[in-house]
Amino acid sequence: MRRFRDLGPGGKSALPVLLFLLGGFVAPLIAVVWFSFMPPRTFSLAAEPSLANYAAIFESSNYISFLWSLGLAALTVILLALICFPVAYGLVRVFGRWAMLLMLLFTIPLFVSENIRLYGWVLLLIKNGVVLGTIKSLFGYEFASILFTRSAILVGMVYVYLPFMLFPLTLGISMIPDETRDAAFDLGASRWQVFWEIEVPLSMPGVVIGFLLTFVLAVGAITEAKVMGGQRVIPIAQDIEIAFTYSQNWPLGAALSVLLMLVVGVLVLTALWRFDLDRFLGRK
Amino acid sequence: MVEPATILSLKSLTKKFGSFAAVDAIDLEIAEGDFFTIVGPSGSGKTTLLRMLAGMEQPTSGDILLRGVRINDLPANERPTCMVFQSLALFPHRSVGENIEFSLKMRGEAKDKRKARALGLMDMLRLPQSYYNRSVMKCSGGERQRVALARALAYDPQILFFDEPLSAIDYKLRKTLEKELKDIHRETKKTFVYITHSLEEAMVMSDRIGVMRAGRLVQVGTPHEIYTTPKTRFVAEFIGDVNVFAVEPAPGGMLRSTSLAGNIKPPTLPAGFVGGHLVIRPEFLRFIDAASEADNSVTGRLHNEYALGSRVQYQVRVGDSVLLIEKLGQQVFSGKLDDVVRIGWDARDSILVTD
Repeated sequence: MRRFRDLGPGGKSALPVLLFLLGGFVAPLIAVVWFSFMPPRTFSLAAEPSLANYAAIFESSNYISFLWSLGLAALTVILLALICFPVAYGLVRVFGRWAMLLMLLFTIPLFVSENIRLYGWVLLLIKNGVVLGTIKSLFGYEFASILFTRSAILVGMVYVYLPFMLFPLTLGISMIPDETRDAAFDLGASRWQVFWEIEVPLSMPGVVIGFLLTFVLAVGAITEAKVMGGQRVIPIAQDIEIAFTYSQNWPLGAALSVLLMLVVGVLVLTALWRFDLDRFLGRK
Repeated sequence: MVEPATILSLKSLTKKFGSFAAVDAIDLEIAEGDFFTIVGPSGSGKTTLLRMLAGMEQPTSGDILLRGVRINDLPANERPTCMVFQSLALFPHRSVGENIEFSLKMRGEAKDKRKARALGLMDMLRLPQSYYNRSVMKCSGGERQRVALARALAYDPQILFFDEPLSAIDYKLRKTLEKELKDIHRETKKTFVYITHSLEEAMVMSDRIGVMRAGRLVQVGTPHEIYTTPKTRFVAEFIGDVNVFAVEPAPGGMLRSTSLAGNIKPPTLPAGFVGGHLVIRPEFLRFIDAASEADNSVTGRLHNEYALGSRVQYQVRVGDSVLLIEKLGQQVFSGKLDDVVRIGWDARDSILVTD
């Protein structure tokens, strides 16, 4: 009991949250990791641990799903950066009073379920749908739909994860003080030099957060491939879902989840280590 | 001696935000090599004025001439002037050396040439050479000031602008840096245009001072002129403690005040004077006894005294008003609190302003 008294007010107040996280986050995670070492197709946690699931994964074609998920996520992140940086820059520096309205328009779709929004895209892009149907009836031309192709999956992912790149970028750019910009300009830098020498490097905290957020979300994406890709690509999240549901092979699903966490964790930590924000901002 | 040439002249320079004139028809000439300080309370328009001079704000009307050439439309990055900002605006992601060399890099100068120039400036500003690769964020407040100044000097500007760079610094360091800045002004022989809300700071450093109020320059002169012959009550009260009395003309070339008994002998009375304020600096008031005389005297009660180190200030209640008297430390007055005292001043030591 003495230990509890030594915690101090901070520790004591943090205790409920700590207990909640231990029970609600760490415990299921340990369960998943432990399940991944159980023999295939068991539902018990008490069996003899083995590496059979991992062996099965490396012998199977699951790696294709892994590569698809990672590749699509990387492409999504790059496309989002290219799209969002100019938009975020405009929101902070150019649009003035209109920025508020635009921000609102970017936010409102988040109130609608992702599935419904993606089905909206399906209606828009499908053969004889809103876009192609209108062109056909007005001009008589008929184009092939991009729906149910890999590009469609990318469109869906870029669309769904856009706010998660845009908002950190906007915050990053808005945190650059006006005087810093003015000083560079006053010291003879051209607009372009101010942009590259001052604005881009100083907005890096926002860029890094946006990259990590969208990458981690996009690696776990599943609905985009299902709804807009017409199952043309099977992402890793779908493999995991199948293992846990149709095939009733929980240990295999758990092993796939653990591998996914490892891959993403290693990638994210490497990125953070290689890109030391504090050093970049001169705080070290 | 030849009069120094004018480097910067402002012709009826005005900046309006909507219908509000932040800077209102300012005419001003600044001489080559001067340390010119614009001083005024916050909201007097001094920062807006400086930003127009530096090219960061477009004038609504009027002209800015640099050595006779109109530069109104020249953007900041093409003006041969440079600003030291209130926040200093150092580049946090760059080292001390990279900060100082920034303008040279933008001009495309070679690395070794840039470094030589940066090290030279660091030397002049007493920044250790080992700081070249140090992050600016790791520098102390005083060191950052020097980096900001070195960065501006590296640009080799014809005029250096300062936007209250010392306002956020503690008293002792500020005093040191004020003197250093004046030394650097002497050493570089450049024109410095400085803005501050502290007249004390302005007095220490400047060759000439312009006092601003509500977008207008109310008086321009040397620190001595501003101190001894303020043109308005505002200027007089802006510099330290003063005694101010509303006065009106009395018969026989004298003045009369509602707050002081008897007639007052004024300094030279301007023609057609109908009323204004009499200003007496605390150091020109003195305690008088039967042996000494003064042009004017009043009787009051010693109310309080404040030791200021090298000086002592006394408050004396005269009727409803309180007079402030200042003496040097070694001339301490021996009276006790609540003693009845006579204080006096000579007419030539008082200042009459017409507003």
